[in-house]
Amino acid sequence: MFNIIHAQFIAPGIKRFVLEAPRIARKQKPGQFVILRIYEEGERIPVTIENSDPAAGTISIVVQSAGKTTHLLNSLNTGDDILDVVGPLGKPSEIEKFGTVVVVGGGVGTAMAYPSAAAFKRAGNRVISIIGARNKELVILESELRAVSDALLITTDDGSYADKGFVTDKLRQLIQNGTRIDLVLAIGPVVMMRAVAELTRKENIRTVVSLNPIMIDGTGMCGGCRVPIDGKSEFACVDGPEFDAHKVNFEVLVQRNSMYRDAEQRSLADYQRLTAEKAAAHHAGAGEVKVHEIQEPCAIAPGGKR
Amino acid sequence: MSPTAKNTLNPLSMKERIKVPRQLMPEQPADERNKNFQEVNLGYSPELARQEALRCLECAKPTCTDNCPVGVKVKEFVELIVAGDFLGAAAKIREDNVLPAVTGRVCPQEDHCEGKCLLSKKVKPLGIGYLERFVADYEQRMGTHVLPNVQPTGKRVAVVGSGPSGLTVAGDLIQKGHKVHVFEALHELGGVLVYGIPEFRLPKQIIREQLDYMREMGVEFETDVVVGRTVTIDELIHEEGFDAVYIGTGAGLPQFMGIPGEHFNGVYSANEFLTRINLMKAYKFPTYDEPMIDLHGKDVAVIGGGNTALDAIRSALRLGARKAYVIYRRSDAEMPARAEEVHHARQEGIDFQMLTAPVEFLSDGKGWLTAARCVRMELGEPDSSGRRRPVPIKGSEFDLPLSVAIMAIGTTANPIVQSTTPGLGTDKRGYIQADSETQRTTRPGVFAGGDIVTGAATVILAMGAGRRAAKSIHDYLTNGQW
Repeated sequence: MFNIIHAQFIAPGIKRFVLEAPRIARKQKPGQFVILRIYEEGERIPVTIENSDPAAGTISIVVQSAGKTTHLLNSLNTGDDILDVVGPLGKPSEIEKFGTVVVVGGGVGTAMAYPSAAAFKRAGNRVISIIGARNKELVILESELRAVSDALLITTDDGSYADKGFVTDKLRQLIQNGTRIDLVLAIGPVVMMRAVAELTRKENIRTVVSLNPIMIDGTGMCGGCRVPIDGKSEFACVDGPEFDAHKVNFEVLVQRNSMYRDAEQRSLADYQRLTAEKAAAHHAGAGEVKVHEIQEPCAIAPGGKR
Repeated sequence: MSPTAKNTLNPLSMKERIKVPRQLMPEQPADERNKNFQEVNLGYSPELARQEALRCLECAKPTCTDNCPVGVKVKEFVELIVAGDFLGAAAKIREDNVLPAVTGRVCPQEDHCEGKCLLSKKVKPLGIGYLERFVADYEQRMGTHVLPNVQPTGKRVAVVGSGPSGLTVAGDLIQKGHKVHVFEALHELGGVLVYGIPEFRLPKQIIREQLDYMREMGVEFETDVVVGRTVTIDELIHEEGFDAVYIGTGAGLPQFMGIPGEHFNGVYSANEFLTRINLMKAYKFPTYDEPMIDLHGKDVAVIGGGNTALDAIRSALRLGARKAYVIYRRSDAEMPARAEEVHHARQEGIDFQMLTAPVEFLSDGKGWLTAARCVRMELGEPDSSGRRRPVPIKGSEFDLPLSVAIMAIGTTANPIVQSTTPGLGTDKRGYIQADSETQRTTRPGVFAGGDIVTGAATVILAMGAGRRAAKSIHDYLTNGQW
C-alpha cells in the first residue's frame, strides 16, 4: 500500500499526487517512471515521476484523466492508498553539460520535462523551455519551469494564453533566429514528439524523446513496450524510455499504442456510466462525483487512453 | 542397482510389482477441459497412490534420487505411502524439496527421476511425480505442516526474486535459523509459477498455500521492489545489513525472430501473453482492467516447442480460439516440452505444424496481423546443440491466416541487476557467472542461480540451484570464509 500524502488538481483533469514511497524517493532520477496498480482488479500503468523528496520519502506524479485508470486515479484524494507502486524504472535522462538545451513539454508531458530541465540547469546548461497546451487552463508548471529556465516560451492551440500555435513553431523560430542548440529534449504526445524530431532532423540537432508504449511489468520481462529504434527492436522499459528521436519509428509506436483502443473505450464508458449512476444516487448532496471530459492521450497516459 | 526386498513394508514380490500396471492419472476429459482453466490432472486417490507405490522396486542404489536436482529421497517417501503414512511421506519430501505440490505437477520427470527408474527397462516407470503430487496435496488438505524448530543464527539473507529458486533458498535457509527477506519485482509472489504457468497446469491456490507456509516459518516477503532499480545489491549489503544475497531473478527479455512484421498488433511474446492472462487476469476483462485481444473465433499460433509455447497455445484454446497451432521448426523428437504436456495438447485439439517456421508476418495494411508466411523445413546435419539443424525447403512457402501469433522462442539475460552491481561477473551472453557447485558469484557474499545464470531452463533445475546455493550460503554464514 502506498499512501497519498497530498492530492490536488493543478488544471482541469490534471492532478498532482505526492505519494509515500521512501525506497523510490531515494533512488529517483529525472526521466524515470513508476508503474502503479490502484486496486486488485486494476491494470498496471506506467507514469513518469515528476519529482522526489528523499528526506521526506515521497515522490510526486502528475496524472491526466484519459482512460478508466487515470480517471479512477484522479478520483483519489489525500489519505487514500494506491495498492502498488514500483520503480524507479527505466534509465535516467543523460544529464551533462551540453551547452544550450531546449526542453519541450507538450500537455502533461510538461510535468515530466520539468525535472530534466531543472537537472540540465544544475549541470550548467543554458536552458530554453518551450511548453504547449491546448488552452490557458491546461498550461501547467509555468512558474516552476520559469525558475529553472533561461527563457520560457509558451504556446496554446487556441491562443487563449501567450502565443497561438504549437511548440514546433517556437522551436522553428529559435532555429531560424540562429540560436545555437546542442540538445533538444521533447516529452509529450507522440504527434508532438514526431513533429519535433522531423524539424530537428533537417537541422542535424541532437534530439531525445521519452516514449510511452504499452507495458506491463516494466522490467524487461514482457516485451510489450518494444519499439523499432534504428530498425532494431528495443524495450522502452530497460533500454529507454528516452531514445534518439531521429532513430525512433513513430509510426509503429502509434500503431501499437492503438492496440486496445476498443477495450479502453469500453472500460471508460462503463466507468463513466457507473460513476454517473453513483452520483445520481447521491444527488441529495453527498458530494458530486466529477467525471472529467475525455482528453487526448498524452505522455502521462502511456499506451493510449489509459 | 539391484532391487532389494529386505526389511520392506511392501508386501509384494519383485515379480508381482512388475505386473502391477502404472496407475493412470485421472484427468478432465479433453473436450471439456479445453474450454476451462481448471486443472487437467485431477490427482490420485489414496487407493491409486498406494497401488502405484507398490510398484517401486526399492533399488539398493536408487538412481531416481541421484537424478533429482534437489535429491528427493524417492524410495523412502514411496515406502511411507505403501505404509499409508502420507503425512510422513510429505515430510520426507520436504527434507529436500520445499515445493512438492509444484514439482509434482510441473517437473519433467521423464528427464530426471522417472527417466532413470529401473522399472522403465521392462515396463513403464514408477509414477514418482504423481505420487509426489498426491502426498503434497494430501498434506495441504490436512493442513498440518510441521514447523521446524530452529535456533536463530542472527544472520540475514536477502533473496532477489520469489520464483522457484528464490523460494527454495528461502525455505532451506529459514530452516537453518537464518532470517530471510525475499524481494519481488511484481505485485504478486511466485515468479514464473504465477505469471507464467497457467492455472490448468498449476493452480495459483497451491502457490499461495506454499507461500503461507513459508510465512509461518518466518520468511519475510516484500513486493514491488526491482532490485537494481529500487535498491541495489550493494545497498542491500552495506546499508540494509544483509550478510548474504541470493540473486534468482529468472527469465529474461523475450526474444523475437527479427523477421518482418513482428511489431504488428496481434504479435505477442509468450511472456506478455501469459502475464496478461495469469497475472493480470486480462481474460476476465472488463471485470479486470488489463485488456487483451479477444480470441473468440480467432486463429492463433505459437512459435516454439517448449513448455512456455504449449502453456500459451493451450491458454489461447481455452479462451475461445477457433484454430490453435504450434509452429515448430524441428520435429517431434526435438521438442523440449514435457512429454505429458505434448500429449495433453494433442488430446485437446492443438494443431502441430512441425518442421515449419515463419519467415514474415503479414498485415491488413493498418498494422493488424492477418497471416504468417511460413516455410517447411527438413532436418540436416547436427548443429552445436547436437540436434539436427532444420533447413528450409525451397519453394515450400505458404501463408497461414492468423489473428494472433505468440513468440515463444526463448529469452536473453535481463541486464538490470548485472548493470547496477559493480564487479558482478557475467558470461558473454550477459548471464551472471556463478560456480556450478556453490552458486558463488564473483562478488563475495553474493550468490546466484536459476535462469539468470543458466538461461531459460526448468522449475526443478532452478530449485536445484537454489538448493546448492542455500547449502553454500549456510556454509559461508557459518564459517565466514569466501
